[in-house]
Amino acid sequence: MATLTMIEAIRATLAYHLEHDDRVLLLGQDVGRLGGVFRATDGLQERFGADRVVDMPLAEACIAGAALGLAASGLRPIAELQFLSFAHQAFHQIGPQIARFRYRSKGRIPVPLVIRAPFGGNVRTPELHSEAIEAQFAQTPGIKIVMPATPYDAKGLLMQAVADPDPVLFCEPLRGYRLVRGEVPDEPYTVPFGRARVVREGEHVTIVAWSAAVQLAERAATALAEDGISAQVLDLRTLVPLDVEGLVSAVSATGRCVVVHEAPLTAGFGAEVVATLNEECFYELEAPVARVAAPDAPYPIGALEEQYLPTVARIVRACRQTVEVTP
Amino acid sequence: MEPAFPAKTAAEPYAVLDAQGRLLTDGPPPLDDAATYDALRTMMLVRHFDARAFSLQRQGRFGTFSPVHGQEAASLGAALALDPERDWIVPQYRELPALLQHGLPLERFALYFMGHPAGGYIPEGVRVFPIQIGIAAQLPHAVGLAWGLRYQGSDSVVVTFCGDGGTSEGDFHEALNLAGVRRAPVVFIIQNNGWAISTPTTLQTAATHLASRATGYGMPGYLVDGNDLFAVLNVVRAAVARARAGDGPTLVEALTYRMGPHNTADDPRRYVDRDVLDARQELDPILRLQRYLSSRGRWDDDAAQRVQAEIATEVDTALEQAMSYPAPTAADLMDHVYADEPARFTRQRAWFEQEEDVTWRR
Repeated sequence: MATLTMIEAIRATLAYHLEHDDRVLLLGQDVGRLGGVFRATDGLQERFGADRVVDMPLAEACIAGAALGLAASGLRPIAELQFLSFAHQAFHQIGPQIARFRYRSKGRIPVPLVIRAPFGGNVRTPELHSEAIEAQFAQTPGIKIVMPATPYDAKGLLMQAVADPDPVLFCEPLRGYRLVRGEVPDEPYTVPFGRARVVREGEHVTIVAWSAAVQLAERAATALAEDGISAQVLDLRTLVPLDVEGLVSAVSATGRCVVVHEAPLTAGFGAEVVATLNEECFYELEAPVARVAAPDAPYPIGALEEQYLPTVARIVRACRQTVEVTP
Repeated sequence: MEPAFPAKTAAEPYAVLDAQGRLLTDGPPPLDDAATYDALRTMMLVRHFDARAFSLQRQGRFGTFSPVHGQEAASLGAALALDPERDWIVPQYRELPALLQHGLPLERFALYFMGHPAGGYIPEGVRVFPIQIGIAAQLPHAVGLAWGLRYQGSDSVVVTFCGDGGTSEGDFHEALNLAGVRRAPVVFIIQNNGWAISTPTTLQTAATHLASRATGYGMPGYLVDGNDLFAVLNVVRAAVARARAGDGPTLVEALTYRMGPHNTADDPRRYVDRDVLDARQELDPILRLQRYLSSRGRWDDDAAQRVQAEIATEVDTALEQAMSYPAPTAADLMDHVYADEPARFTRQRAWFEQEEDVTWRR
């Protein structure tokens, strides 16, 4: 067992797959000698060769589209998009092509592949680098959407992603790459998709989050505890598949829920969480489900990031208001 | 004897047969008379299928459909250069001659355009990707497939098609660029048929020839008379040999002409001049091959009648098979979205399987 940052956990997992599975290729911009702009692939080209860790031309759609073809040929490509925001320029290959290729070929040409993409704000990147656009892909059935929050989950979910028979969009929280450390077993293991994780037990309110927002939720829960409010934190881990059962059982236990995400409020994945709770456990709820999200404004440039993104204070306030509601 | 590789991006397209079906070169033709006869028969079958599908669409028994009319040689010529046992075709949607040649049963193609999801299923052993509707989206797939096959030690070659309109898409550029960089064993065929629905090629590009773009991707580009089956076959054979030998991709621009509408919903009378279309009749690829075989004593009115009768029966049989295919069910709607289904998806499937208000019909 080693204590690793998330980026170290991801790198170790990529190395494991390159070492143990001849079908695995890594492709992306600057993944070779540079080791990726965040060093997720540091040293891997040197170790496994330029035929397996492939620097690609700067063309996101082609990285995704070529990954489809490589998967169809029998390989297991793991493609890196430098930022999830850049997936805008690959959307037509990810949603309409990769996600539906099994379906449109009636199972004849499955394209199991992984697209890794760091995302999220508060790291002062230039414009068009920080958007949390995960919900857009939930509208293109056929692709799974994975959002690890910890180094342990990053490894286990990535191992599951490579083993999974369906294509996977693996979104990595940029802010947590080096910030979050955790114990990661040396041996291989998978974290199954569609199983939410109870991060912290609590009685009065359930905070639902994924990816970097999980740490915010934990900090909010700590702050709330000082006021005698016991908040449960639930990490969804994967949006597709969504752990409906785990979500409903967690929220039913407290009767109150606050959903947190970095994406703009309208049609963010939080809306899906609220609608699901409405369908599944409306009568268990003692207060309206609240959302803490970014405003419906474009992601701003650096000096406005902190104001734009959900904060611990906003989550705390939303939880207090939710807890105060008398049914 | 292997045909000589044609001259590079000449101002005039490479041709083997003139419009009268006369050989323009001294060397032997790329197909013997029996094989030429078979190729002609395939082209005539597709022409007949176009007409039948069109009238079925007007009767409401066929979906929106794009006829091949006029482009039979460009499509078939490319497929004749391939080995169906190892090579792949990654098509767009107007390549029926190539797909038939490569082993796709006609009823599968008919099913797809009847709107039946079973039409997307390519039988095992047929090395063809499903029909692609997203313009040029198939080109990066073809590059990845070719790259992946070669990486795994195969000597397979991938042939992919797009239209003149498709060359304006970003995917065209991205795919050719990557193919050049990776020396992928892929042959790109642009079927330049003059039109992207109603937009003429002159509004698609300021380049004199699309084949000249190859230079920018570090690969050879060839301009070929797309209505000349032999010319297309010669060029694509050479490109396939090059790819198989590990020398990388080739771009081929086949100059042809769309003699019918873009699809069954289109009305080309609004934008194609009648006399332009009339003049194209003389360049019909089927007519050219008939003239050629006729000059060799292998084609006459009797042969034409015999072939016409055979292909009419063949097309009817395929259409009957497609039409008698079982109506789609809830399984067709929900199967194969995921290999490993999310629980909520399985619940949705169960709803469709049990709901009495949903009727399943053709």
